[in-house]
Amino acid sequence: MTAITDIPDAPRAARRPQMGNPVSRWLRSNLFSSIPNGIVTVVLLALLAKGLFSFVQWGIANAVWLTPANDSSACRAVRGVGACWAIIPEKYRFILFGTYPFDEQWRPALSVLLFIALFYLSTRRALWRRELVFLWIGALALISVLMWGGVFGLSFVSQDRWGGLPVTLILATFGLAFGFPLGILVALGRRSKLPAIRSLSVLYVELIRGVPLVSLLFMASVMFPLFMPSGFNIDKLLRAQIAIILFAGAYLAEVIRGGLQAVPRGQYEAADALGLSYWRKHRLIVLPQAIRHVIPPLVNTFIAFFKDTSLVLIIGIFDLLTTAKTAIIDPAWQQFSVEVYIFVAAIYFVFCFAMSRYSRSLEATSAR
Amino acid sequence: MFGTWGRRELQGLFWQVLVVGIALAVVGFLWSNTVTNLSARRITTGFAFLGREAGMPIADSLLAYNPRDSYLWAFVVGVANTLRVAVIGIVLATILGTLIGISRLSANWLLSRLAAVYVETLRDIPLLLQLLFWYVLMQALPAARAAWRPVEGVFLSNRGLILPAIPIGPLQLWVLGTAVLGCALFYLVRRGLVVQQMRDGKPRPAWPFALGLIVVLPAALSLVLRVPWTIEWPELRGFNFVGGLTLAPEYFALLIALVTYTSAFIAEIVRSGIQSVPRGQWDAANALGLRRSFMLRQIILPQALRVIVPPMTSQYLNLTKNSSLAVAIGYQDVVSIANTTLNQTGQAIEAIALIMAVFLTISLSISFFMNWYNARIALAER
Repeated sequence: MTAITDIPDAPRAARRPQMGNPVSRWLRSNLFSSIPNGIVTVVLLALLAKGLFSFVQWGIANAVWLTPANDSSACRAVRGVGACWAIIPEKYRFILFGTYPFDEQWRPALSVLLFIALFYLSTRRALWRRELVFLWIGALALISVLMWGGVFGLSFVSQDRWGGLPVTLILATFGLAFGFPLGILVALGRRSKLPAIRSLSVLYVELIRGVPLVSLLFMASVMFPLFMPSGFNIDKLLRAQIAIILFAGAYLAEVIRGGLQAVPRGQYEAADALGLSYWRKHRLIVLPQAIRHVIPPLVNTFIAFFKDTSLVLIIGIFDLLTTAKTAIIDPAWQQFSVEVYIFVAAIYFVFCFAMSRYSRSLEATSAR
Repeated sequence: MFGTWGRRELQGLFWQVLVVGIALAVVGFLWSNTVTNLSARRITTGFAFLGREAGMPIADSLLAYNPRDSYLWAFVVGVANTLRVAVIGIVLATILGTLIGISRLSANWLLSRLAAVYVETLRDIPLLLQLLFWYVLMQALPAARAAWRPVEGVFLSNRGLILPAIPIGPLQLWVLGTAVLGCALFYLVRRGLVVQQMRDGKPRPAWPFALGLIVVLPAALSLVLRVPWTIEWPELRGFNFVGGLTLAPEYFALLIALVTYTSAFIAEIVRSGIQSVPRGQWDAANALGLRRSFMLRQIILPQALRVIVPPMTSQYLNLTKNSSLAVAIGYQDVVSIANTTLNQTGQAIEAIALIMAVFLTISLSISFFMNWYNARIALAER
């Protein structure tokens, strides 16, 4: 309760005489403004010190950083008291790229860099033009060529051998690239005056949003073969990708619908008055404004997808989390899963944190 | 025939017929393939399999179950397991999330920074990864013999969390039922008191009624019926614990992961809700000389709740849907049981339809309840 009572703190802080050097003044107003506050500070400091101390002991002081290849004896000696970071240099190639042919792993590595460059360029306001669509198509095509190969002297690598970070990025990015147009169509459908189209869109959105992604993925992996004519079979990764696109489409549709609702009626009426057709009205007038409104929630939705792609672990697709989980099946290294999970968590964190920072900076500029 | 119709209506009709036609064609194509494939695999469609013996073990369940029970009962047990983690998870996540959201607004710099780090870290790591992490930590706990005992009677080991329990029989249920009835009666009484206060402006204390209806009445019943309230302390016998309430490691890991992950989102909702109350409201309440607790209860909270409730609903729905990640660590919720059923019987369509039916029912119930609550607290414009 100390917290709420302290919200209107300005009058109280003003009551105190401002004395001493800036440091002690800062300490007094931010950490020791009242007796309960002082107690909270001291207790938190004690807990923090204790936590940091045991983490430093485990993670740095007693940790093993490097071992000879395939030898975990040094790690097993410190088990329980120290971390075994040596598992990371031992396994990172497998965690990052899965079973992709070892000598060809520069290709997925380059693909990851291309993805990062693509994301970075998409955040540049100066590039928010129609040409961005071509940039995406070009980059995704280039990534496909790199990953599959079979042309330009690159050896062919079938997608059963793909794994790790590129797979996570592919699932998330292609999910967005195809889910986005789908979402726009469904959002327009949901606001359409035509009852049949509206009810189909509502049905689609509510069905998908009503069930967990896990069950959609099960459906993709088990029921898809039943749906298709016999003899026709598509790859497991593609099936999961389709499930993620359908899932993304439903969630993006709701975000875009929010943006469409925020466009003032006058804009629609003006477009009608100009005699624009339905599609031209939306393409030229309504959608550009609607999407600009919802860029921050779109980024947040993308963060959510990026994290949700990890669920493909459950149907056995080798994304980053699955390769991490597989890396520690090796009996010699089995006991050091915590270290591997921390490593992978750090990778996910860097991507999501960068995106959420970006979304926050967008909100700040649009609020101005 | 179409004489009175304009070009626009005809166009609309054309698009609708086209889209519905395509949708029907796709569904029909998939359906005919499915029928052919199923008959080729000699799987009969329909829900008759639900009556057959399930034969799958369920390690940890709220309801009594043995593998000779039917698939239908296995499903019911799965639904109960889902609800067990979702309901408790929602309650705990709300409490933890509110505390952290308030901490983020604290004037104490250290507290608000720590809360911010908590929120930022947990939100940016996939839930499934956090779940696996907690599960690994559970498995790394000491064996039952060397269990940690943070408090007397509480054991934490790789068998899970073991707590002392109070056995609940029919007699105890009567007493608890009376207490629930007391709550309902108190709600009505309080409304009456508010109406009276509106009439003459005199405040009437409600707490004597609360004490009487919710505490004294059930306690009296308990004394009259001589209900035994014994505490069952867990004990270590051999390699495992006897007595008490056991939270299996799978359940415990799932609960911790769901609660901590969702609480980070709830904290942000609570924070923005409180921040949405204009400063003038605080100042005005202060200027009126209202007591702190009264001000929070009657002025700040009602306004903050209007902003908080709608996004909170979607967090509750997310938590419930996320509980299906249980399948990754072997806690048998409804999705995991449906998946086993699917593998055993091949009744893919029926199993998935059941999952969808269960989750749609839960989602609709939660949104129905939250919409009702939202309407109750909405701004009454005069």
